[in-house]
This record gives sequence, C-alpha cells and structure tokens, in this order.
Amino acid sequence: MSGARPQDADGERDGALAGLAWALARDLRIALRTRSELAVIVAFYAVVVTLFPLATTPDRNTLLTLGPGVLWVSALLASLLSLPRLFAADFADGTLEQMALSPWPLPAIVSGKIAAHWLTTGLPVVLLAPLAALPYGLDGDAIGVLGASLALGTPILSLLGAIGAALTLGVRGAGGLLALLVLPLYVPVLIFGAGAVDAFRAGLGVDANLSLLGAGLIAAAVGAPFAAAAAVRIALD
Amino acid sequence: MLEAHDLAARRGHARLFSGMGLRVRAGEALVVTGPNGCGKTTLLRVLAGLTLPDAGEIRLDGERRAAGSPELRAASTYCGHAHAIKDDLSARENLASLAALSGEPADDAALDAALDRVALRGRQALPARALSQGQRRRIALARLALSRRRVWILDEPATALDGDGVATLEALVAAHLERDGLAVVATHAPLALPAARSRSMVLGG
Amino acid sequence: MANSWYRYASPASFHPVALRLAPVFALAAAILAIAGLYVGFVVAPTDATQGEAYRIIYVHVPTAWMAMFVYLVMAFWSALALGFNTRLSAMMAQALAPTGAIMAALALWTGAFWGRPTWGTYWAWDARMTSTLILLFLYFGVMALRGAIDDPRRADRACAILTLVGAVNVPIIYFSVRWWNTLHQGASVSLTAAPTMAKTMLAGMLLMTFAAWAWCIAAALWRVCAIVVERERGASWLAPDPALKGVT
Repeated sequence: MSGARPQDADGERDGALAGLAWALARDLRIALRTRSELAVIVAFYAVVVTLFPLATTPDRNTLLTLGPGVLWVSALLASLLSLPRLFAADFADGTLEQMALSPWPLPAIVSGKIAAHWLTTGLPVVLLAPLAALPYGLDGDAIGVLGASLALGTPILSLLGAIGAALTLGVRGAGGLLALLVLPLYVPVLIFGAGAVDAFRAGLGVDANLSLLGAGLIAAAVGAPFAAAAAVRIALD
Repeated sequence: MLEAHDLAARRGHARLFSGMGLRVRAGEALVVTGPNGCGKTTLLRVLAGLTLPDAGEIRLDGERRAAGSPELRAASTYCGHAHAIKDDLSARENLASLAALSGEPADDAALDAALDRVALRGRQALPARALSQGQRRRIALARLALSRRRVWILDEPATALDGDGVATLEALVAAHLERDGLAVVATHAPLALPAARSRSMVLGG
Repeated sequence: MANSWYRYASPASFHPVALRLAPVFALAAAILAIAGLYVGFVVAPTDATQGEAYRIIYVHVPTAWMAMFVYLVMAFWSALALGFNTRLSAMMAQALAPTGAIMAALALWTGAFWGRPTWGTYWAWDARMTSTLILLFLYFGVMALRGAIDDPRRADRACAILTLVGAVNVPIIYFSVRWWNTLHQGASVSLTAAPTMAKTMLAGMLLMTFAAWAWCIAAALWRVCAIVVERERGASWLAPDPALKGVT
C-alpha cells in the first residue's frame, strides 16, 4: 500500500479541480438564465456613478479629482449588492447541504462559485468602467490604469465578500449586517485601487499599487475560500 | 454497518436528545418516528455530517469517523427536506448536476432510466419551476435511483408524493436493501418496507 | 500539571475563580488610574509646544493601544475556540468585544478632543485615527453578528471566523491607511508625544497603561461570568452557588 499516498494526493487535486469546474459551470449556466438579475447590478453601478456629480458639482477639475474614488466606491457597492446572490439561493433550496456533503472539497466548490460570481458581476463592472470614467474627464491612459486596478481588485471584493455572505446566511437582517461585516475589510482594496489612478495622475508609478493589489488577490484567492467554506458549514449546522 | 454511540444534540438552549445509540446493519432500514420537534431531522443531519453533535461518536464498519469526515461523505447519500432543485434548470439538468455533485456522475442512458423510473421522462426538459411539489420530489427520487452509496439518509422522503410516488420510493429503498445497502429514514407516513429488513425507533417518547 | 490547567478551561471551574479575580483587577485599575491621572495632570510638566492640551494623551494613548491589543487577544481566543472547540475560549472572545469597542471609541473621542486645540479640528484624516475608526467598525461587525445569531454555539464559531479574518486584515488596513495618508497629505502631526519625553510623563503614561490593562481584564472577567451564567443556566453546578446573585 506504499503507493497509495501520491495517488491520494492526485485524487484530491483532481477532486478539487472537478468541484471547482462543476460549481463554475453550474453557476454560470444559472446566471445566463437569469440575466435580468445581472443587468440590475450593472444598471445600479451606472446609476450610482451618475449620482455623484449631481450631488457635488459638474466642475471638470473637481470631477477629475473625485473620479477614481467614485468609480471605485460604486464598484464596491455594486459588489455588495450582488453578494447575497452568492449563497442565499443555494442555502434556501438545500443545494448548499449537498455541496457540503459532496466528496469534492467544499473550498474548491466555493472557489468555483466565487469565480462565477466575479465573472457575472465583477467583470461587467470592469468592462463598463471606461465608459463610466468618460463623464469624469479621465483620459485614455488613466482609464487604462483604472481598468487594470478594477480587474485586479474586484475579484478580491468577491473573495472577501464571500466570507461575509456565508457568515450571514440565514441570519436576522442579513443584508445590512453583510455591509457592516464586509465594507471595513474592503478598505485596503479601495485605497490601493483608487490610489493607483491617483498615483498615475500625480506622475508617480502605478507599479507599487498594482503589485499590492495583485499580492492581495493571490492571498485572498488562497485563503478566502477556506474561510468561506468554514462559514458555510457553520451556517448549515 | 453504521453505529452511533452516546449522541447528544441541542438546538439553541434546548436539549433534543442525549445518550442516544443506534446500529444499522447492511441490508437493514431504520425507520425513525416521533412527534414534531423531537429531533428526527437533527439526528439525521448528525448522521449525514451536517450538524456537529454535542457529544458522542459515529462508527462506520466499526471505525470511528468524525462527523462530516470524507469517508462518511463518500459512503452516504442524504436526502433532506429541501430538494436541492434549481428552478432555472430542467429536471434532467438538475438530476445530472446533483448526481455529479454527489460524486456519482450519470451518463445519458442512466439519466433516461432514472427519469423513466419516476415517470418524469416526458417533462424532463421543463424548467423545474414549472413542476409541482410532488414532481420536484420525484427528481430527488430519481437521484436515489442513480445512487449506489451504501448509506441512505432520508428525511421525510414521502412528503408531497402521490400513491405511485410512494410505491416507487418503497421499491427503491427495498432494492437498496437488497443490494446490502443500509438506510435511516425519518417519516410520519408509514412506509411499506420489507418487514424482515426494517426496524423502527421512536424518538422523544 | 497540564491537567490542573485544563481544569480551568471548563466554565464550571473557571467561573468562581473569575468572579474572585475580577474585583481585584478592578481595584488595581482604580488605584493605578488615580495615581496615573495625578502624575499626568499634576506632577508632569507642561509640554513646551502643545501646552496643557497634550495631557489628554494619558487617556488617549493607553486606550488606543488597548483597542488594538484587545482585538489581538480576541483573535487568540477565537483561534483556540475554532481549533479546540473549547466553550470558554469562545466566551472570552465574546466578553472582550465590547471592551475593545469601548477602548476604540474612547481613543477616538479623546483623539478628537486632543485634535481640536492642536490641529484646530475635531477630526483629521490621520492614519492612526482612521485605522482606529475602522477597527471600531470591525468590533461593531463582530458584536452585530453575535447579536444576529440565536444559537450560541453557531454564533461562537461564526464570530471566531470573522474575528480571525479581521485579524489578518488589521495590519493590512493599517498599512494601507498609512500609504493613503502619505500619498495625500504628507506626514501629519503625530499623536504620540516627542521622543524626549520627560520622566514623569513616561511614568504617568505607564501607570495609565497598566490601569487600562487592569480595567480591560476586570471588565472581561465580569462579562465572562455573566455569559457563563446565561449559557449554563440549565447546568446543575450553577444552582446552589449563592455568590452568583450579584452577577445576573
């Protein structure tokens, strides 16, 4: 039986990949059939971006200063709005129980769900950002930096948000509580993300900001699925 | 053989049961009955590994297994109150998806046979939201028809089923026991299971 | 040896000990605070640049330290609670959260009072102040999550996960806020006093720090006792003890 161990490790990795792929494919398929819910998130992002100039001033210079922060805060709120979708439906109809009982590792399944969540709610926001940045007077290169920072940062929002979404499953006042739990954790992402555009406009390099976001993304991708999976098990207990 | 020794569980501050033991041998069904709120569902969830017991241990084939351990998960199929059915997927997609998730992927022929068995073949392409409660429960039955796991844990499997559906359920469980599988079934409605192979246990008496 | 320590990991044996220790720490906190305030407000000299206003640091700095430190202790108990499934550790973490939140709130409040005469504003987006504010939000989150879950055991584990995720984030938040601060407005006035601190100033600060420690321990112990009584009210060991009357 000495040969059993490496085989087990292989089996475990295959199981993790299979679980991730299964959850990703299934959630994407369901998302494609409920497209209107996704459109709501994107529309919400567009509306929030529109509100800020109305609440402050149409002055070009002010908007140029506010722009990166506004676009980032809007992305943050859009992510928050979409988070309950991540687990709540599966929790209510019992699918989450079956996921927890699957022979595939739960963190892998959760990773697949988070990836699908980002592809359907985070990616549209990243793609919309150049358009949303135009009214704020950002020019081509600044928009490129903004897009890069959002592309690196919004997956972190989905990953950290998944922990909050799992912790608030089946809990009183889950929506407001989710915001309170998750928004403070989003602070570094917001700072480095919006800061990248500011640094670029100030003539400083953006490498440091983007590298920090990248490092944060790797750390979150490794750690958050385990925390979220543990929170899911607690919610099912 | 599935055994539990000295199990205790509570919900909130209320103790549901303690010092509970049970033993189900291969080819045997344990039917758990009792009034509402006596802890049937909690007992089944503990056996399935969803709920951590306050105390006690679970043994599979004599080996002690932590609640929810991979060995326990790989050996059992749990069918709970909620059917784990997605409204936006068709009956067939739901079945294929659940079978894959539980580690028993089914090919087209197997899916056809299972859907035939529960009389859903004609409605397999409809999104599940168009199905009745009983028909949705039949998807869960079709999943049992595909499952070759040794341990079946069924929580009120007859809910919302009509006469034909209950008969199918009974036949599925009987065939499972025939294969030397074992089952723990919580139910209010009496099920016609092979008498020689089933025992019953009353909780909260 | 290990056995005798384990004994105190059970709420039943810890409860009477905690009930006896709490007043001792409370008394120590009172004595240290009186001594510290006396040294800080009467004995210590007036600061050359900031005048009398600086004296609020005798409250501000110890509470700011404790706000951060209590979170780490909470994370420690949470890790134990998750790792070993010990009830008492989870109760300790639960008991510490309000104390930490009060420390963070006190630090912010005194910071605002200190900022008014020094910077001419109650709130400046100073890196330390901003991180302490976010820390306060983290405490609120843990307490709100606790309040939203009925089953105490589920609440224990959910709060433990949240606390640990927060603990990983606290240094990152602190670093990011400092990063943001230096990018936007350069170094602001530091809240800690000048390095050439007079000996009496240091003595006052140390006394107040120990007072804050003692008070946090006393408050946490009392709260743990109340939590034990609430959770174990069905258990037999609680009933005959007359010492409990004052706690519930």
